[in-house]
Amino acid sequence: MTTAAAVVVEQPPLHYLNESYGVRSWLLTTDHKRVGLLYLLSLTGAFFVGGFFAVMLRLELLTPAGDLLQAETYNKFFTMHGVIMVFFFLIPSIPAALGNFILPLMIGARDVAFPRLNLASWYIYVLGAAFTTYAVVSGGVDTGWTFYTPYSTMSSTTQVMPTAIGIFIVGFSSILTGLNFIVTIHRMRAPGLTWFRLPLFVWSLYATSLIQILATPVLAITVMLLGAERLLHVGIFDPAIGGDPVLFQHLFWFYSHPAVYIMILPGMGVISELVTCFSRKTIFGYSYVAFSSIAIAVFGFLVWGHHLFVAGQSVYAAMVFSFLSYLVAIPSAVKVFNWTATLHKGTIEFRTPLFYALGFIGLFTIGGLTGLFLAALGMDVHVTDTYFVIAHFHYIMVGGMVMAYLGGVHYWWPKISGRMYPENLGRIAAFIIFLGFNLTFFPQFILGYLGMPRRYHSYPEEFQVLNVMSTAGASILGIGYLLPMIYLLWSLRYGEPASDNPWNATGLEWQTPSPPPRDNFEHTPVVTTAPYDYPGREVVVD
Amino acid sequence: MIEARFSLPLFPEQASTLAPRVDALLFFLLGVSVFFTVAIAGCLVVFAVRYRRRPGNEVAEQVHGSDRLEIAWSVIPLLLCLVMYVWGAQLYFAAASPPPNALEVTSVGKQWMWKFQHLSGPREINELHVPVGLPVKLLMTSQDVIHSLYVPAFRVKQDVLPGRYTQLWFQATRPGTYHLFCAEYCGTLHSGMIGQVVAMEPAEFQRWLAGGAGASPAASGEKLFSELGCDTCHRADAQARCPDLGGLLGRNVTLANGQTLVADEGYVRESILDPGAKLVAGYENIMPTYQGLVSEEGVLELIAYLKSLPERHP
Repeated sequence: MTTAAAVVVEQPPLHYLNESYGVRSWLLTTDHKRVGLLYLLSLTGAFFVGGFFAVMLRLELLTPAGDLLQAETYNKFFTMHGVIMVFFFLIPSIPAALGNFILPLMIGARDVAFPRLNLASWYIYVLGAAFTTYAVVSGGVDTGWTFYTPYSTMSSTTQVMPTAIGIFIVGFSSILTGLNFIVTIHRMRAPGLTWFRLPLFVWSLYATSLIQILATPVLAITVMLLGAERLLHVGIFDPAIGGDPVLFQHLFWFYSHPAVYIMILPGMGVISELVTCFSRKTIFGYSYVAFSSIAIAVFGFLVWGHHLFVAGQSVYAAMVFSFLSYLVAIPSAVKVFNWTATLHKGTIEFRTPLFYALGFIGLFTIGGLTGLFLAALGMDVHVTDTYFVIAHFHYIMVGGMVMAYLGGVHYWWPKISGRMYPENLGRIAAFIIFLGFNLTFFPQFILGYLGMPRRYHSYPEEFQVLNVMSTAGASILGIGYLLPMIYLLWSLRYGEPASDNPWNATGLEWQTPSPPPRDNFEHTPVVTTAPYDYPGREVVVD
Repeated sequence: MIEARFSLPLFPEQASTLAPRVDALLFFLLGVSVFFTVAIAGCLVVFAVRYRRRPGNEVAEQVHGSDRLEIAWSVIPLLLCLVMYVWGAQLYFAAASPPPNALEVTSVGKQWMWKFQHLSGPREINELHVPVGLPVKLLMTSQDVIHSLYVPAFRVKQDVLPGRYTQLWFQATRPGTYHLFCAEYCGTLHSGMIGQVVAMEPAEFQRWLAGGAGASPAASGEKLFSELGCDTCHRADAQARCPDLGGLLGRNVTLANGQTLVADEGYVRESILDPGAKLVAGYENIMPTYQGLVSEEGVLELIAYLKSLPERHP
C-alpha cells in the first residue's frame, strides 16, 4: 500500500557536479568550479609528493652523519621538495583552486571572463608538471630550487633542463590565471558590487594577479637564458665564458621575491573572510586591508636585492634594498592589527576554519617579525643561507599560506561538495598541525643563529638535538596533514548534507545552493550593501 | 660522557669584535619581536575567550575602523623599523670596511675545499690559522661555482665568486677553534666543504707561521712574472712597451676611454685575463690574454708580487 505522497520521487536538484558525468565532461569542462576542482586534485597530489621529499630530508637529518641518503640523493630531494612545493603547490594553491571556484561566485558572475583559457591554464599546468615529473623519474635535479649559476649551467650533471622547461611552462598557467582574474574582476561584477563592496579575498586575488602577469615573464626570460648558457654555451652567467653569475640572482629574485607575495597574498584574503565570518563582524579598516594588498604587490617588486646581501652587490645597493624591505613590512603588519581588532567585541564561534585563521595570524606574525631580522643588513650577513632563513620562510609559506589554504578549503567545503566535514575531527587536525608545525620549525631559528647552513646533508654533532626535535615535529605535522585528506574524502559520501549557507555568512557565494548550479545563480544577484554586513549595533570610532 | 652525547647549545660562541655587536642587534630585534608576538597572541586569546559566542553575546558590535589607530599602528612599527635599518646598516658598513693594517690572506674556493695562503708563504687547506687581536682580511675568489665563506663564531659571511674578488675581514678576540662552513650550495659535497679557523695568541701565531714551509706568494709571483714573460714588456727602462707596474695597486689609473679608476686586485686580475677590457691611456692593445695559462692562485701570486714592488719614479 502506498500513499500518493510516497510515490513522488524527488528529483535531486541539478548542480555542477551532477549536471553531466564522465571523464570527458570533466576534461573538457569550461565551468570554473570544475576547473577549480581539477586544480585542487592536482595540487593535492603535488603537495603530497613534495611532502614525501620533506619527510626524507627530515629523516636524513635525524643523525649528524649523512647515512640514510647519499649526498647526491639528498641534494636532489631538497631541490625537488622546493621546486614542487613552490611552483606546483604554493603558487597555484589558493588562486587556481579556491580562487577559481569562489571568485565568480563571490562577485555574482556566471563564470570567469575566459572560461576556455581557464581550462587551458590547467592543461598547461599539467604539461609543466609532466616535464618536471619526467625530470624527477629520469634522475632528478640537484641545483636547489633557486638554480644558481654557474652551478646550474656549467657544473651540475643532473636533469636541469627538463625541470627548467617544466617551470617555464607552468609559468604560463600562472599568467593566464592572473589575466583571467583581472578581467573577471573588472568586467563581471554583479550590479551594485562596487570596488569597495568587494570581499577582501577578491582584492587579494586582484593584487596577486597583478604580480602573476607582471613578474612571471621575467622568470620565463631567466629560464630561457639559463637554457641558452647550459645548452648553447652562450656566456651570460658563467664568468669563464664572459658572463656574470650575480646577474642570474638579480633576474631570478626579480621574479621570485614577488612570487613570495603570490604565495601569501591570497592567504591573507582568505583570513579576512574567515575572521569576519566567525566573529560575525565587519572587517576593521576595510580600505586599509584592501590597499595594503596593493601596497604589498607594488613594494614587493622593489626588494629583490635583499636576497643578495652577501652575494657581492654594492654596499649602497644593499642599503636601498634593506630600506625598501622594511617598507614592505608595514602593510603586512597593518593587516595583522586589523584582523586582531576585528575579533574585538565580536561573537566568536570556534569552527575549524577559525582555528586555521588564528593559527595563521600567530604564525604569520612570527614569520613576518623574523623577516625584520633578515632585512637588517648586519644581521642578515650572519643568518642568511642558514636554517634561520628556512624557518622564516616556512613560517610564512607553511604556517601562513598552507594554514590559510586549509582554512579556506574547510570554509568553502560545504559549498564545493555540498557536504559538511566532521567538525571535531577538523578542530583536532588543525590543532595537531599547529603543534607539529611549531615543533618542526621553531628549533630551526635557533639552529640558524648557531650557524647551521642550509642544504647540508651532514652536520656537526652539536646541532643534533635541535634537528631531532625538528624531525619529531615533522612527523606530527605529517599526521596532521593526512587527517583532513582522509576525513574530507570520507565526508563526500558520509558527511551531513550542507545547507546553502551553513555559516550564516554574508558573501554572494552563500546565496546560491550548495553545491551551486552550473551557472552559479538562478538570477543575477544585485548588491546593495558593503561586504561583511553582519547584524549588530553600529559603533563609530574616529 | 652524557654531557658529550647530549649537548644543546642555544647560543653561538662570540669570538670576534663584530660578534657582540651583531648579538646586541639580535637582542633588540628579539625584544621587539617578543613584544609584538605576545601582544598579538595575547589579544587573540583574550578576545577569543571573552567574546566567544554564548548566551548574552550573540550579536557583535560593528566597528568599521579607526583612522587614528591605523596611523598609530603604521607609524610606530615604521619608526622601530627605521632603528633596525640604521643599526643593521652600520654593522654592514663596519663589516665591509677592513682596516688598512689588516693582515692579508688569500683564499681560493673550489668544489669542495678551501685553500688559503698567508703572505709569508704558508698554505693551508680547510684550515685557517689567524692571530687574536689583529684584523685579518681575506681576499677570495672561486675556481668554479659560487661558494660562501662563513664563520658563525665571528658572525661573518661572504659569497666567493668565480671571476672576481670579494673580501671579508674579522678580528678574532678569543683563542680557539671555530667552524668554517661553505654557506652557498655548491654541489654534491657542499656539506663537506667545511673546515676550521684556529685563532691563536699573536706570539704563537708567529711561531706557527715560521714553522710553515713554502715560498711567499710575492716570491712565487716574481718567478711567474718572468716565466710568463710579463717582464719583457712591463719594465721600468726605455724598452717598456707597457705600463710599469711598481706601486700600481691603489693608484688612480686613466683609461684610454678617458675614464679613471682605482687599480684594485679585481682590475689587475681582469687586465691579466682580458687585457683589452680596460686599456690604460697611452698604450696600445698588444697584450695577449693569459686566460687558461695562469691559475687563480697564480693570479693572486702575481698580485702579491706587484704589491711588493716599490713605486718607481722615472
